[in-house]
Amino acid sequence: MSQAKDEDTVSITVEFSGGLEMLFANERKLSLTIPVKDENGERPNIAFLVRHLCDTIMKDPRKELFVLDDTVRPGILVLINDADWELEGEDKYEIEEGDNILFVSTLHGG
Amino acid sequence: MPPSPCALCKVNRALILRPKDHSKLCRPCFLSTFEAEIHHTITSSRLFERGERIAIGASGGKDSTVLASVLKTLNERYDYGVELILLSIDEGIRGYRDDSLETVKRNAQQYGMPLEILGYDELYGWTMDQVVEQVGKRGNCTYCGVFRRQALDRGAAKLGVKHVVTGHNADDVAETVLMNLLRGDLPRLSRTTSIVTSTPSLSADGAGKNTNIKRSKPLKYTYEKEIVLYAHHKNLDYFSTECIYSPEAFRGSARALIKNLERVRPSAILDVVRSGEDMAKLVPGSDEGCGGVCASAVPAGEEEEGGCGSANGRSSGGEMATMEDQLSQNEAAKANGLEVEITSSKIKKSEAPLPLTVGKSRKVPKASQPRKEPKKQVMGQCKKCGYLSSQEICKACVLLEGLNKNRPKNHIEVGYEQEKDVNGATEAMKQLDVGAG
Ligand SMILES: [Zn+2]
Ligand SMILES: [Zn+2]
Repeated sequence: MSQAKDEDTVSITVEFSGGLEMLFANERKLSLTIPVKDENGERPNIAFLVRHLCDTIMKDPRKELFVLDDTVRPGILVLINDADWELEGEDKYEIEEGDNILFVSTLHGG
Repeated sequence: MPPSPCALCKVNRALILRPKDHSKLCRPCFLSTFEAEIHHTITSSRLFERGERIAIGASGGKDSTVLASVLKTLNERYDYGVELILLSIDEGIRGYRDDSLETVKRNAQQYGMPLEILGYDELYGWTMDQVVEQVGKRGNCTYCGVFRRQALDRGAAKLGVKHVVTGHNADDVAETVLMNLLRGDLPRLSRTTSIVTSTPSLSADGAGKNTNIKRSKPLKYTYEKEIVLYAHHKNLDYFSTECIYSPEAFRGSARALIKNLERVRPSAILDVVRSGEDMAKLVPGSDEGCGGVCASAVPAGEEEEGGCGSANGRSSGGEMATMEDQLSQNEAAKANGLEVEITSSKIKKSEAPLPLTVGKSRKVPKASQPRKEPKKQVMGQCKKCGYLSSQEICKACVLLEGLNKNRPKNHIEVGYEQEKDVNGATEAMKQLDVGAG
């Protein structure tokens, strides 16, 4: 905890629920550090996070159950600090230190 | 984006964007609006009667968990005076229901409701694992779906409960509306859009006596998205899983289409539900004139209960196979000018053409093929089990007949005594076996 804060990364919490955790080795909650700049030198946004999750975190081959056409697939809700991502600019939302991003599937279970 | 204030209280920060009208609400205002709308559905459709015992079809999943929580809240807040119990069905898929039944058990404690768990083995004499052993993994979803359709009614009848509520939400109903349109099944459209249906089932006490089980869907106008958000913001304890036998059932389904529509225009879901209701009113002989609210509830009969597993009203690829049969009924409707009428008056040209891709390609019977006479669908009761059916023998009994016939012979002989008294359906099947053998 006393570790000096790395200037080049942003620490966030990512959560999965509603069955989505099954695609992430049943991890419901991840503490992640992501780079402070994305591939293009921009501040990382949700679109970047989704790519990052797909490319480096997700081991399950069924990527299409999480992303479709380069965005979170319809039927999966994204909450940014408990607020609907549609209120926050959807995948253009720029991630800030300490953010909590929750991905919750509506597609499983009745 | 700067935080927006709540449209209702104007004080708190908005966290929820409502799909039906794009209003932005804070957490407390969302929770109370969500509950108030379901209360409105219940009272305006007069779903409940004081003193009624009501079984909530509970799977531990989001819909039934939210339904149980909201009904408990509303029953106390508005003094409905109804007695709520949880009724769970165990399909008998090893390991599959363990966690969800644990969730239902916790829910029973959390909400202070009695819980009854009934297995497919008790209701049908077969667990799903045994069915899969017999028919293989392909096609077993049909069995699961057909058995599920009757399971709650049979279960309720067993418990002497006359009203079952299920967690079918607006997305479920919109999906079945689309499925029935794709099939061209207008009679079923009427049944699946009504908020109340009733089903004769074999009663617990009387041998061969039937009792009417009322079914209703208090969440019929509630978006799946809001159900998930309600569960999240209320911190409800629910379980999510996918049917282990059909991980691919979702792909290319009508469900996927619904979710794509929602992404383009969220109000589309309720629009489809309302359109389905409007079209149902045009179906000849439908009881839908009253919007499904009047006392003579529409028979539930072959209401689509979805293919498989955890899903409520979800379609599975196999169901598309029945489409061909339904096309003959289509003809009758066309003869009445019904199809033309619906097309011209009820369906506006869509703003953007959407690809209606559904799992399997639609099979159109060739003109050279002799067509079956379009049969009038008359709802009667299954001669074997007493369940409501348009055929002499209901689908479940037909499937059971096939299963029991192919049960390894020695198994039947050995198992006969023990299974004899499992239930009426099994007994009936034994007689069928003898007759067929
Ligand atoms: Zn508010
Ligand atoms: Zn039957």
